[in-house]
Amino acid sequence: MTSIAVSVPRSSGARPASLKRSRRWALITSYVFLVIFAIFFLMPPYYMIVTSLKSDAEVAHMATNPWIIANGITLDQFKLLFTQTDFLIFFKNTAIVTVAVVVITMVVSVLAAFSLGRMRFWGSSILATGIFLTYLVPDTLLFIPLFQIVKAIGLLNSYWGMVLVYPTLTVPFCTWIMIGYFQSIPKELDEAALIDGAGHMQMLLKIFIPVALPGIIAATIFAFTVSWAAFVYPMAFLYSADQQVLTVGTVTSLIRADVYKWGMLMAGALVAAAPPLVIYAFLMDYYIAGLTSGATKG
Amino acid sequence: MCLPLIAIIFSLVIYPAFYSIYLSMLNKAQTRFVGLGNFSFLLSRDVFWMVVWQSAIFALSAVFFKAVIGLITAHLINNLPAKGQRKWRGMLLVPWVIPLALSSLGWWWLFDPTHSAFNWILKGLGFNEIAWLSDPYWARFSVILVNVWYGAPFFLIMYLAALKSVPEQLYEAAAIDGANAWQKFIHITLPMMRNIIAITVLFSLIVTFANFDIVQIMTAGGPRNMTHVFATYSFLLGIRSGDLPLGAATSLFMFPILAIAAIFILRGVRKRGRDIA
Repeated sequence: MTSIAVSVPRSSGARPASLKRSRRWALITSYVFLVIFAIFFLMPPYYMIVTSLKSDAEVAHMATNPWIIANGITLDQFKLLFTQTDFLIFFKNTAIVTVAVVVITMVVSVLAAFSLGRMRFWGSSILATGIFLTYLVPDTLLFIPLFQIVKAIGLLNSYWGMVLVYPTLTVPFCTWIMIGYFQSIPKELDEAALIDGAGHMQMLLKIFIPVALPGIIAATIFAFTVSWAAFVYPMAFLYSADQQVLTVGTVTSLIRADVYKWGMLMAGALVAAAPPLVIYAFLMDYYIAGLTSGATKG
Repeated sequence: MCLPLIAIIFSLVIYPAFYSIYLSMLNKAQTRFVGLGNFSFLLSRDVFWMVVWQSAIFALSAVFFKAVIGLITAHLINNLPAKGQRKWRGMLLVPWVIPLALSSLGWWWLFDPTHSAFNWILKGLGFNEIAWLSDPYWARFSVILVNVWYGAPFFLIMYLAALKSVPEQLYEAAAIDGANAWQKFIHITLPMMRNIIAITVLFSLIVTFANFDIVQIMTAGGPRNMTHVFATYSFLLGIRSGDLPLGAATSLFMFPILAIAAIFILRGVRKRGRDIA
């Protein structure tokens, strides 16, 4: 009893300082652990960059520390990649496929999300649930039947076949997040537009798309990254180099030689990964907002 | 205005799904109906059961570690002053932004039998070299490690968003009641985030279970078929060996597990929707 009574005035005087000190310690521990995690997360890309800037001899002989560039930086691997391989063809094919898929995805999902988010019609809530469920169907469940379908249409071994099948990966989720964004637009806004005599199309173009622009950006980035990174479908449907896309092309056809040219392979992987990385560096906040709202909102 | 969407979903998701069931009941040349023959053939094969086990081990352990690392890193970042949070979040998200096929290639190079940069470190520290991808058990470990590396950032952003949505007053009230950091975590953070944790885990379970890129690139199912998961095994049977019906049957075995996870996610999403409304 007495000890408590004695300690009360003392502790009330000491508390702010000890609280501050414990906060500072918490912060230092946080930084220490974050650095450890950052090393784990950034080690592979770091090692890829280091390898791509070395000469073949240094990569092959392993006489020096593999984690640093000991014999000077060289851009030979990139030169080789662009002049001696089909890499630029892969890059062009991926760019064409991605742009086409993003355009198709955005048109289809914005139209669908507008009608599902705003107009209640028979079956609209079932359809919205169905869209979410199709988002959960993985590509590895569908690539075998789609192989038959793509073959029947005559698009096997053509990158236009990718333009046909990639929307199954992008449209459901893009529609889902756009529904969320459109529903958050206050009803008064479209009533005002209706009073002014705007049609549905005008309402969509003049009000919904501008107001929900962050959502549109998030959905566009999603469609872009998914079609840029897709691997299962091109692996199963494409086999000649002139039709191949970046992911599969880098992994399979650059390895065809007997000796793996790891420096050039890493250079290829880095150039292929650059567009999504650049986009994400500038638009990360939009993407994360869209992604987290899409998964957390009903 | 929904017509294009409905057309895409019906012709390229729902129709193929049913077509897959039909396809799985044909013989290799697709000339004869064999009923459940492909399924019973698979069930009688040891390799198939290994695929089942490996898929389960792969998905469960990878999702567990992704969830734990995601939770830890989200908390660490949330502890930082607001100014530094964006930078750290951006840095830790890098694995998730690089296309998985390309980073798997980078990991393969890290694990390369003769040039492994990990083994260089191990040797320097006086340990024996590890045959990362040619020893079956280390190969299993390696593909799981890569999956954790790739997927943990997704958990990080989901948890970080959820942490930010927990009302500050709850922590203040708990602080007045004398709760320490651990008690705050157990009694406020976890209950508030329960739904989002469940959805993220189930979603990741689907994606991990159906993963293809990592195993296909790093081991192509080997050594001795020990790292095959459903996706790579059905690719091997269906596309590489040209037995589409058998491949379709293999991938259809994923369906029940995916369907159960999907039902639970849907319940969670709907509940959350009702809470907001």
